[in-house]
Amino acid sequence: MDTVTLTIDGREIQARKGATVLQAALDANIYIPTLCYHRDLTAFGACRLCIVEVEKMRGFPPACTTPPTEGMVVRTNTPRLQELRRNIMELILSEHPYSCLTCPKNLNCELQSVARYVGLEQVTLAPIYKNLPIDRAGPFFDRDYNLCILCGRCVRMCQEVRHVGAISFTYRGGKALIGTAFDRPLQEVSCEFCGACVDACPTGALMSRADKWQGPPDSEVVTTCPYCGVGCQLKVKVKEERIVSTTPVPEDIPNHGQACVKGRFGIAEFVHHPQRLTSPLIRRDGQLQEASWDEALDLVAARLKTFQPQELGVISSAKCTNEENYVMQKFARAVLGTNSVDHCARLCHAPTVAGLVQSFGSGAMTNSIDEVGRAACVLAIGTNTTETHPVTALQVKRAVDNGAKLIVANPREIDLCRFATVWLQHSPGTDVALLMGMMRVIVEEGLADSAFIEARCENFDSFRQSLQDFDLDFVERITGVPRDRIVEAARTYATNSPATILYAMGITQHSHGTDNVLATANLAMLTGNVGKPSTGVNPLRGQNNVQGACDMGALPNVYSGYQAVANPDIREKFEIAWGCSLPSLIKEKFDISWECSLPSSPGLTLVEMLEAASRKEIRAIYVMGENPVLSDPDVTHVRETLAQLDFLVVQDIFLSETAEFAHVVLPAASFAEKDGTFTNTERRVQRVRKAIEPIGNSRPDWWIICQVARRMEARGFDYSDPFDIMEEIRYITPSYGGISYQRLEDGGLQWPCPTEDHPGTPILHASSFSRGKGRFIPLKYIPPAELPDEDYPLVLTTGRNLYHFHTGTMTRKVAGLNTLDPEGTLEIGPSDASQLGIVQDVKVRVSSRRGELVARAKVTEASPPGVVFMTFHFAESPANILTNPKLDPVSKIPEYKVCAVRVEKLQGI
Amino acid sequence: MTQELAEILAPYKGRRGSLIPILQAVQAKLGYLPEEAVVQIARFLGTPESEIYGVLTFYAQFRTSPVGRNLVTVCRGTACHVQGGARILAEVERRLGIKEAETSPDMEYSLETVACLGCCALAPTMVINTEVHGQMTTKKVAELFSKTKGEGQG
Repeated sequence: MDTVTLTIDGREIQARKGATVLQAALDANIYIPTLCYHRDLTAFGACRLCIVEVEKMRGFPPACTTPPTEGMVVRTNTPRLQELRRNIMELILSEHPYSCLTCPKNLNCELQSVARYVGLEQVTLAPIYKNLPIDRAGPFFDRDYNLCILCGRCVRMCQEVRHVGAISFTYRGGKALIGTAFDRPLQEVSCEFCGACVDACPTGALMSRADKWQGPPDSEVVTTCPYCGVGCQLKVKVKEERIVSTTPVPEDIPNHGQACVKGRFGIAEFVHHPQRLTSPLIRRDGQLQEASWDEALDLVAARLKTFQPQELGVISSAKCTNEENYVMQKFARAVLGTNSVDHCARLCHAPTVAGLVQSFGSGAMTNSIDEVGRAACVLAIGTNTTETHPVTALQVKRAVDNGAKLIVANPREIDLCRFATVWLQHSPGTDVALLMGMMRVIVEEGLADSAFIEARCENFDSFRQSLQDFDLDFVERITGVPRDRIVEAARTYATNSPATILYAMGITQHSHGTDNVLATANLAMLTGNVGKPSTGVNPLRGQNNVQGACDMGALPNVYSGYQAVANPDIREKFEIAWGCSLPSLIKEKFDISWECSLPSSPGLTLVEMLEAASRKEIRAIYVMGENPVLSDPDVTHVRETLAQLDFLVVQDIFLSETAEFAHVVLPAASFAEKDGTFTNTERRVQRVRKAIEPIGNSRPDWWIICQVARRMEARGFDYSDPFDIMEEIRYITPSYGGISYQRLEDGGLQWPCPTEDHPGTPILHASSFSRGKGRFIPLKYIPPAELPDEDYPLVLTTGRNLYHFHTGTMTRKVAGLNTLDPEGTLEIGPSDASQLGIVQDVKVRVSSRRGELVARAKVTEASPPGVVFMTFHFAESPANILTNPKLDPVSKIPEYKVCAVRVEKLQGI
Repeated sequence: MTQELAEILAPYKGRRGSLIPILQAVQAKLGYLPEEAVVQIARFLGTPESEIYGVLTFYAQFRTSPVGRNLVTVCRGTACHVQGGARILAEVERRLGIKEAETSPDMEYSLETVACLGCCALAPTMVINTEVHGQMTTKKVAELFSKTKGEGQG
């Protein structure tokens, strides 16, 4: 056993080897006062308050740095210890102003608790006031170093856990102070405003402004963050029906007490934003005007009845819960009679689903976020993890800390490059060539895992044939990466096991996105890095519930659990379960006589739906919680299409750019106002819990859909709450069979989880692939659809940044986030900039064959020559006016990552 | 300056533990540690700028602003103090028109104090550049500065 037995305060305790006396005591619920210890940080031994007495040991060792030994006898609370602690506290407090009543941390202060525990009655030392000005410059929290006791938790949190290092101990002795480099404001150093320092601070020195002077909350609810696919567990503090703040839950998977700026500081403000939709709106005389729920719902039901199934399209939402997506696709199929239901996964990970299903048999992340931190090699390709999945990036950095090799493949110099062993700066759109080049090296140097290939895979020989096209001269020419670096990356990946691959939109958003995905799968299989801990192919999903929306069948070809609509047995199963039939009214009216009552052929995908609409084949669209006007490629075309629809229903929490085209707008409740579940990127189904009542007259999405369905005479939409819906999902979806609300109370569960006693599946394809054998797929290099030429000489690649999310519907409502990132910029490298006469912050016109926009230039070495970058967060400079709607032939994802543009300096500015 | 720094840094590649020698080398070359230099050192070592700033503010030997052509160091050690070191310092400040830890606008002089120069037998003492001056009086200060000033300007 890796434990030792010791006695603490007369109690016999088993302690883990490698733990400390302090951890052993805390694990056994024995309190030892401390101010510098933090469970997620290495021991510091600075505050000296955790001193204990140990028999046969001299002096008073600090419990936080003392390892337990067999038979050790420890006392934590003797008069002598308490007297020493009082002396220490007195020294600390002599430099800490005693003004608790005017301190925002009063009653919630660790310093106060420790002072009380040691029984300090008065401070006899002369007080020292630092008289430092309070720094209120940051957007979210104040820094009052008069209250700082130099425990260093914030510094260590910033360095050890976040690997940012925005702050440090500066100066010395009595002048020592936590500060930034050259005392610059936090906005001007590398600070990411994650708030981890605030949450670690034991005093009022670092205080979130939202929490100040609020006192204890009325209620606290643990729920799942609504931003990205990581699925951080957040505690929502509520006072008088308002969210005060959201803080990460220390113990919970997957975030272990960490969050990013959006989850930590960017929630309350959008939930309570005055622009929230609070009443249904109906377009009358060209204007959207307030209406009652009955009017709006009746109108939607009546209008939808007038269209034939093939004239209808439904856009579901990766922001809504599993229950709502399930109900939405059921509504599309069983009530509207169409399989044309899709959502924005089409625009992010459709190639993942298409590709990984071919290779492995399942299109989801093969392993878990936590496992990344234990990998020996991480290949991060096409993912700017620090900005788009900040908490996952912490695991990458943890892995590097533990000695792992990091290979970053990205055209731009992203934050992770700081930690990389090898950085492959390939040209946008050349991923297949790069990965095939690496694989050729692995095969030629005999580094492939032939036992794994033999036992677990198929089609290897024809794959190996296809490597012949990728000699390193060719790969070097295509990718622009020196061959020795490709060799180094190949060897690093193949010889450091376990190795894991992370990827995101940089892989998928190409006109050959599926090929890119297949290349990552080939690489993982070639080296036997599938089905084991800390290995695998891990697509990082963008939206909070994009995995769940796919799982629930908000896709044109599958029901929930990826059960194919084209399969008659499955269709029959759903017909029986749903007890549905098309309303007779519609059947008679349009003379429909299907053999079965659910439509049998797969429907249209998102982009195809809009194309069909532009041809007037689709005449009505029902949009739930999506904003295609900003998110879809070639948005000029999207706007024209939406404007000519006969009927557009938009259900959202704000009047989005898309809702402005709607005939009826239905106000939805935000994640904080409803129950349900989200499924995060690692297939973990987690609870969403209602913290406050719906704002104004808004209603949860599932309720709205059910109301419309019932008004269309549909049966099977009488759910009383999301629990009912989940029970139906479980019943009909094998991979969710064992996932009940009751079990989710103890934490999330990763599908497949077929039965109540199944523990969930952290690692897919462990003993065999979902499809049986892993399939190697031969690949060819296909260049991006649009390459730079004389007229449009630069490559534009698009993406997200840390401070905003997607089309900004939520984050653009948060003042602090707008302060940190106020407007869309065009990132351009110094050489291109000087050639075009562009300097920092000048306005430039960016144009492509599809449109043009104006943005401010940001000259940065992160952009390589010939490549410029924009985010798609900003309606004022909508990058998707420029992007190319050319689709991947397999998965129908548009090529967001590469299009040709021209950049010109605007005159006179 | 980038080129100059790159040359200083080159021998330290991959040696994270070399921060202090690097700071000393850069300061020896530039006279102080400007912000841009720290940014480059941070990038070179892969160490956060804040951590480097923490180190350079911890040690009295490092400076973040340029030093005058002549560095004047007045001792405030115990022996010098009882021999009237405070008067010497006041006189130097009056003569140079700058306070302790300041540099004259013409960049001619920087004035510092130290806790002890280690030559207490000569108290009160001060150092101009590398030359130690012992048993100082206010009169000697006046003489020294007209002389040094002349040299510096010449």
